[in-house]
Amino acid sequence: MRLAVPCELTLSIRAIRTYLLLLLFLALRAFGNLCLAWGTKHLHEALAAHPLAYLRSMAQPFIALGIVMLIVALLVRLALLSVADLSFILPMTAVGYVLAAVLGRFFLHESVSPRRWAAVALIFAGVALVGSTPHSTTGKIQGAK
Amino acid sequence: MTWVLVAVMVVATALSDLLQSYEMKRAGAQSVGARGVGRLLRMVVERRYLLLSIACLAFSFFAFMALLQSAPLSFVVPASAASFILETVAAKILLKEEIGARRAAGALLVLIGVAALGG
Repeated sequence: MRLAVPCELTLSIRAIRTYLLLLLFLALRAFGNLCLAWGTKHLHEALAAHPLAYLRSMAQPFIALGIVMLIVALLVRLALLSVADLSFILPMTAVGYVLAAVLGRFFLHESVSPRRWAAVALIFAGVALVGSTPHSTTGKIQGAK
Repeated sequence: MTWVLVAVMVVATALSDLLQSYEMKRAGAQSVGARGVGRLLRMVVERRYLLLSIACLAFSFFAFMALLQSAPLSFVVPASAASFILETVAAKILLKEEIGARRAAGALLVLIGVAALGG
């Protein structure tokens, strides 16, 4: 699908798509990890004890769901890399660390120290700075065919 | 042994990301609809660099697991942030990405934040 739209408009559509992919990736990874953590904690056997235990654990619905979510997350990240710089994506996905801390606090009732809140503030300041730079600088990006 | 594992983890992560970024820049913009995801999955199997990147990812993951077993999490997470520096420099030199003062400053803030979060 190719529409004749002014250059500035195409740029902003591309920017929105980058952020949507970013959000999708972060959500998939965070909840995929959460599913895995939840699933493994409700297993009846120790994983490290036997290699086959890993295979058997995949019958557990939460573990299976977590694995599928993480595989899709990897594919979404590939799509993200097709429209944005690696040096842009790396700092932006660091928001995932913050998300993990928040989810840990919400679901596992972990406490967050002032030092950690300061770290979160630093990460968001950095993300805001990086987000204000052009998403792709290599100029090889073409529309999907 | 700890530092060997850290080195394996950092280098394997960086290699994996660089291979993926290189291949996806060449592939052009991809979508993530039902069709797009299927197409991406096929690309991972068919494209040599992507397949190699998955192998690197496996190496970095096993090194990460081994590190978690022997070292505290508050060491492992900041240590894994070291790949951040390596990858940003490599993205500039090898992938020819333009890293201006603003992006460099932002990346540095994020790096300090991640290290402080883990410690």
